[in-house]
Amino acid sequence: MSELRFEAVSVRYGHGRHSMTAVDDVSLTVPSGEIVGLVGESGSGKSTLARAAVGLTPISAGRITLDGRSIDVRSGVRRQLQMVFQDPYLSLNPRMSIGQSIGETMPDRPRSQRSAEVRRLMQLVDLAPERMSQFPAQLSGGQRQRVALARALAGQPDVIIADEITSALDVSVQGTVLNLVRDLQSQLGLSMLFISHNLAVVRYVASQVVVMYRGRIVEHGPTADVLADPQHPYTRELLSA
Amino acid sequence: MKKRWLSVLRTPVGLSAGLLLFVVLALAVVAPLLWSGRADHVDTNVMLEGASARHWVGTDDLGRDLFFRVLVATRLSIQLALVATLIAVVVGLALGTLPALVGPRLGRFAVAVVNVAVAFPGLLLALFFAVIFGVGAHGAVLAIGLASAPSFARLTQTLVAGVISLDYVAAARSAGIGRFRVLLRHVLPNIAEPLVVNATIGAGGSLLAFAGLSFLGLGVQAPQYDWGRLLGDGLASIYVSPAAALAPGVAVVVAGLAFNLFGEAVAKGFGLTTQLGRLPEAPSAPADVPELDTEHVLDVQSLSVTLPGGLRPVRDVSLRIRRGEAVGVVGESGSGKSLTALAIAQLIEEPVQVTASRLRFRGTDLLTGSHRRLLGTSLAMVFQDPMTAFNPVRRIGAQLAEGAREHDGLTRKAAYARAVDRLRSVRIREPERRAGQYPHEFSGGMRQRALIGMGMMGKPALIIADEPTTALDVTVQAQILQLLQEIRLADEVALLLISHDVTVVRAICDRVLVMYAGRIVEDVSSLDRARHPYTRALVAAVPTMETSLDEPLAVIPGRMPDLADVSVGCAFAARCPLADDHCRQVEPSLETSPDGSRVACWHANDLALTTRGS
Amino acid sequence: MATLEAMPVLDNPWIRFAARRLGRIVVSVWVLITAAFLMIHLVPGDPVRSVLGPTATAEVVAAKRDALGLNDPLGMQYIHYLQGVLSGDLGMALTSNLPVSQVIGQRLPTTATIAVLAFLLAIAVAIPLGVFMGVLTRGGRARRAELTFTSTSVVLGAIPEFLLAVGLVYVFGVSLGWLPVAGRSGPASYVLPVVALAIGPAAVLTRIVRVQMVSVLSADYVRTARAKRLRSAAVYFKHALPNTLTATLTLGGLLLSVMVAGTVLVENVFAWPGLGTTMISSILARDYPVVQAIVLVYGVGVLLVNLVVDVALAVLDPRSAIRES
Repeated sequence: MSELRFEAVSVRYGHGRHSMTAVDDVSLTVPSGEIVGLVGESGSGKSTLARAAVGLTPISAGRITLDGRSIDVRSGVRRQLQMVFQDPYLSLNPRMSIGQSIGETMPDRPRSQRSAEVRRLMQLVDLAPERMSQFPAQLSGGQRQRVALARALAGQPDVIIADEITSALDVSVQGTVLNLVRDLQSQLGLSMLFISHNLAVVRYVASQVVVMYRGRIVEHGPTADVLADPQHPYTRELLSA
Repeated sequence: MKKRWLSVLRTPVGLSAGLLLFVVLALAVVAPLLWSGRADHVDTNVMLEGASARHWVGTDDLGRDLFFRVLVATRLSIQLALVATLIAVVVGLALGTLPALVGPRLGRFAVAVVNVAVAFPGLLLALFFAVIFGVGAHGAVLAIGLASAPSFARLTQTLVAGVISLDYVAAARSAGIGRFRVLLRHVLPNIAEPLVVNATIGAGGSLLAFAGLSFLGLGVQAPQYDWGRLLGDGLASIYVSPAAALAPGVAVVVAGLAFNLFGEAVAKGFGLTTQLGRLPEAPSAPADVPELDTEHVLDVQSLSVTLPGGLRPVRDVSLRIRRGEAVGVVGESGSGKSLTALAIAQLIEEPVQVTASRLRFRGTDLLTGSHRRLLGTSLAMVFQDPMTAFNPVRRIGAQLAEGAREHDGLTRKAAYARAVDRLRSVRIREPERRAGQYPHEFSGGMRQRALIGMGMMGKPALIIADEPTTALDVTVQAQILQLLQEIRLADEVALLLISHDVTVVRAICDRVLVMYAGRIVEDVSSLDRARHPYTRALVAAVPTMETSLDEPLAVIPGRMPDLADVSVGCAFAARCPLADDHCRQVEPSLETSPDGSRVACWHANDLALTTRGS
Repeated sequence: MATLEAMPVLDNPWIRFAARRLGRIVVSVWVLITAAFLMIHLVPGDPVRSVLGPTATAEVVAAKRDALGLNDPLGMQYIHYLQGVLSGDLGMALTSNLPVSQVIGQRLPTTATIAVLAFLLAIAVAIPLGVFMGVLTRGGRARRAELTFTSTSVVLGAIPEFLLAVGLVYVFGVSLGWLPVAGRSGPASYVLPVVALAIGPAAVLTRIVRVQMVSVLSADYVRTARAKRLRSAAVYFKHALPNTLTATLTLGGLLLSVMVAGTVLVENVFAWPGLGTTMISSILARDYPVVQAIVLVYGVGVLLVNLVVDVALAVLDPRSAIRES
């Protein structure tokens, strides 16, 4: 695993007078083997930052590096960053079996190894490998989200970006996904940028917290410190809510 | 996939269209082989005769039998239509997928070309191309193919754009999968069905268009003949022999409809979701109905909601709410909590059925008669999604005012003044200006305030709020809850708050009802005193600021049973750590304890109740 | 761009909208004129030879080509054509030797009349019927009525107007003898062409209005309106109907342009002395200047319809971008 670094990154939409700055001069580091929680309200720019990292949104200033190397959208480096999306009902191709979805992100390798690797990954996320020929429609929301995690792991990423991965789930299954994230982190030493609007969830999985407000980072520090002694008014408001 | 095609053929429309299509295609193959001779046989003795026993639809100016000519013309008509469709599909697909494959600049150009072309009706384009390619069958095929290509390209573009913005395509792209492969594996398979369906319908359209061109004399030229040609020739003698014009016309319509209806039937069949199973009829006996007392704003006994298929997403719900009391309803998605709210508010329409042994609001029986004024002034509703709860094309002020004009007979001016006042009371700044704005000019939190303000236009005794904060940001959420709380305390308004979020309900409710699989399983004054294993597991599963970081989060294994699977025994038994055979055989009823709380669990009194983490 | 935006008058979103829309129509008309110009050069063979017939001497053909300017360089011809079109000079018809503009002037009004009448008829039938069916079948009610309605409208919408026209000719002209079936002679002669043109679009439009009504009636804001306990009529007409407007207008415009095209076929069934009959006879006679001009007229007609719909949508829909700010 390795270190993801945002250096003075800005993302602007539109041109001239009608432009809008979604991410404004954000610098942020996800250290190797740590989970960094990113909180903020809708429109604060947290999801835009995530999409920029995996090349879904172009950045207008700054650079994003992985272990010091710049991430070029066109180079293969992108595969080393994998993203897990909010809604597992939308993020899996309904026409591909679970095994195909997981296998697709894998680096090239012989078919036999590929199937074995899919099985291993499914076991890793607590899914019975026998289900690899099933389709997303046959799975519950929590199970789908675990498939999405397995698919991200299949790319052998250096860093995983998780964008609100539990907010579309019922509380009774939210826990299974959060437990899995913690297990994976301790087993594999995952580096992860974990985006959520829920401070209690972030507190449970992340060692550091970053608070974004209107496109800027307004607070950053070890989770326990930030929660115990919030500096920015927005963080305080979040905590009291 | 095969199953769905078969299920299309099982519908009456699908079956008849499929059969019709089969007959048409079969005729196209065999008719020229069998009847070419009779269709081309010239007999100068019977020129231009009307329908007779010998010549069913009469003869043409060379005495050839028109019935057989119509049959034999099937092949050429169908053939030309199919070739034209093929051209349209190939050109359309190429143009339509271009924006997804090439860069944005070239993509925009492709979109612009298609946009200009689709602005013109297909027939005009076909005429234009027919002039360029020259009169005749070849020119007409090209003309119709190219004329139908733009609309197919537009459809492809729209479908591709719809799929390409979905998360699973974003996931594939972010995983570094190339554009071409994304198109091939992720996009095309997911739009194949509508494309095939539209190509089928398009074949019908090409057939009709071709008949039109041939009828005008621009398509097939003598001595070849298709249906359009026969129709054009027949029209000249329609007074002498109407059948000569009608028979090819009928043939065109039947064949065109065969393609068209088959396409529509397939489209419809694929749009259908899974079929609903049927639930064995469970008796909803009104257990014991306590006497009515006037301190309750709302009194509901044995409320059930039944879907047309016989499934019952809400079963035997009983609840009472006192004046000024705040009652929360929690449960997972699919537990029936929102339907319960809508049923109480009398907002469920046919064909969904609502039954109850009692449904009283402020002492009035809602089960009989219409109570528009009472409900319109005394019951306020707040819905989950403030973005969609307002009519997008009407001004906020007018939307607030109309209820007061309807029920309190206020003038337009007085009602509007009250609307502005209520907007102010829900703390919307500059209410005069805001009242004149449209919903899209309000932020989500402001809309939710305005919606609450709308409920305050009358004199509400009860506010039913269905997930009022779910769509809002955490900080806005807190403000909305506070606003509801203030209104409640100021005017002794009762509140029924529905939420999946245990913390929200815990924050402001006097009492909590827990729903699971359509039933109330617990009714308790505080979630900390919950006795039902489901409630306790639900509470434990929510991480809070105090949750231990050293242990795994509590989870509830499994999932809530589908409606169709709710049969005997306790619905929670499959996920319950305490479940035994009795639980799985007999459904526990909702029993009232001496302290007034209610619980439906055989093990509610077990002391060693624990929830298990996994 | 920056300098343009600095000008205060361009801050007005309506003016920006008008400028953008005007720009688009200028480009479209230019594309159209160019296409019409190219048409005569793309047709196979020599258009002059084909209209004068094989018996004409080479000198006659050459003289005619010269008179038409076909011997000039292509760029020159294009500029002359543009100048001509813009000044209303569409050239001379090859067969009748009349100015093309005069031919168009005679034929356009008769075609426009039946197209507009048919459109009004379709609207007058489709909106009330669509609203009624939408209310009747909302939320999956009255399944049988829905099935009957849908299949009837699919069938009617799928039959092309010229076949309906033939059917109408047979029933009302030949069998019953109630109405004249060919030519233009008094008000009665308008009935069949107009009805033949209107049936299909009316069926399609009714269907769309119904579908829109059903989907709007299930929208959250209709539930809000019902929660206010308004009268049903107020819910349907004040809350639901205005929200079906966008789709209805968009489709209505599309149907009007389809109707404009449909006149070509319907006129030929009824021998109606309009642009459509003239166009087909000119195509068959290879009288390309006339064909060119009629293509141009139809094309401009369609563009105008689109423009009117766009403007109407912008004016009527409060959500349209130009009304913000």
